[in-house]
Amino acid sequence: MSPGVSSAKGLISEFLEWFGDLGIFFWQVIRAAVTPPFEFRELFRQLDEIGSKSLPLVALAGAATGVVLSLEARYSLTRFGAKSLLPAAIVFSVIHETGPIITGLVVSGRVGAGIGAELASMKVTEQIDAIEVSAVNPYRLLAATRILACILMLPLLTLAADFCGLLMGWVTQAMVEPVSLHQFINAGFSGASFNDFLPPTFKTMVFGLIIGLVACFQGMRTQGGAAGVGRAATSSVVLSSLFVILADVVLVKLIIIFFP
Amino acid sequence: MDTLDQIATQREEAEQNGSAPVLTVEDVHKSFGSQNVLNGITLSVKRGETLAVLGRSGTGKSVLLRLVVGLEKPDSGLVRIHGQDIAGLALDQLGEIRKKMGFLFQHAALYDSLTVEQNVGFPLQHHKKEMSRPEKAARVKQLLAEVGMEGDFAKMPSDISGGMQKRVGLARALALEPDILLLDEPTAGLDPISAAEIDDLVLKLQQEHLMASIVVTHDLHSAKTIANRLALLNQGKVVIEGDFEELQKSDTEFVREFLRHS
Repeated sequence: MSPGVSSAKGLISEFLEWFGDLGIFFWQVIRAAVTPPFEFRELFRQLDEIGSKSLPLVALAGAATGVVLSLEARYSLTRFGAKSLLPAAIVFSVIHETGPIITGLVVSGRVGAGIGAELASMKVTEQIDAIEVSAVNPYRLLAATRILACILMLPLLTLAADFCGLLMGWVTQAMVEPVSLHQFINAGFSGASFNDFLPPTFKTMVFGLIIGLVACFQGMRTQGGAAGVGRAATSSVVLSSLFVILADVVLVKLIIIFFP
Repeated sequence: MDTLDQIATQREEAEQNGSAPVLTVEDVHKSFGSQNVLNGITLSVKRGETLAVLGRSGTGKSVLLRLVVGLEKPDSGLVRIHGQDIAGLALDQLGEIRKKMGFLFQHAALYDSLTVEQNVGFPLQHHKKEMSRPEKAARVKQLLAEVGMEGDFAKMPSDISGGMQKRVGLARALALEPDILLLDEPTAGLDPISAAEIDDLVLKLQQEHLMASIVVTHDLHSAKTIANRLALLNQGKVVIEGDFEELQKSDTEFVREFLRHS
């Protein structure tokens, strides 16, 4: 067998093994999450850590996205004689796609790295072993709380990103061509329904699951001291970002099919 | 009372009067990949007894402790705690047994995001929900006083020395009043004075609480101070087990070499 084929086989094998281990980890987390005692205190702490502390960054990213969209869409729509559709184009772009995906990627960077590094550091310093030896289930205390917090916070953060994106989209447009916020909202949301808003917002719960699961998994299986912590943090961000994007492809198609 | 209950009661009574081992390791083997770490270890410890496990670095002493507390599973053999084989237990079932065990890690393994007080209170927070907050605080204060750390409640683990971290780790290990205490290199990395203080502390706690203990160490002086029996490991096997005098009388070359260099 040639070295290239052999190497490819090895990579595929490693990839499948990783997925298998992830599946086992996920099963252990689910089992821990649905059996008492429940770690509400830790869950609330993580809701604050993941939600409130990500809010400024997500809001800023959403705002920047709104500005860019407004400028780019104005340029494109003016070329095709459809400038009047600008508010609707901004609104639909933000709430359908850019708001959710930008939130997902920003949170996977901030929270993914944070969770990956924190749990990796705890792993290499035997703190996770100490938790287990204290007869506390680390899957319940550490992983389930973080994953659930990510799932619950992503839609709320997406709302914040959407709001900031639409607001800055209006501001950008108003700077070029005076239009009141009321007019902008009316024009933008005419023809929109809850089907345009709710499914894309709730799809971010899947993003939250991916980010929390991948980051906790990579963190809790770390080996190799400080270098291992660095690898865990990096791989948490890279893998969760990648899987968020891939999941978005599937979810967008499903939303189009089930919420036409 | 059915037969199983009768057996459990008899076992408990035997353990209480010191006639039955609280903890047994029976012909345990453990490998990591191609590396054989433990090759048929058999040990037992009774209530009130302290066994020191000695050996060169890398002979599997810490792996043995991790097997006893269930952090690793043996490839073959049995680990029994209060007569129950722990290898096949699920995590939550193992948790019930671990509530009766205290473990001091080699580097204390304190939770670095919690204060000293919160570290020691961690087991109480999770397992003593019937205790009120003042009761838990009083218990934490008592535990820290026992290990000489009563003035350092609010400090973070990074603010205290290695020796102090071990004291806090010991207090945390004792929080649930365990029957079994496992100590992984309690004096490793400490200066001679701090090491002697830890030895004295462990001895005092042993005498007060009458736990079954295993101390893993390469410090023969420490082992002689705190242990009733010593077991010397080499190449994954117990070479000799007994009190210090028996070790001194041994003709085995490895034992004599170990004692000569200790």
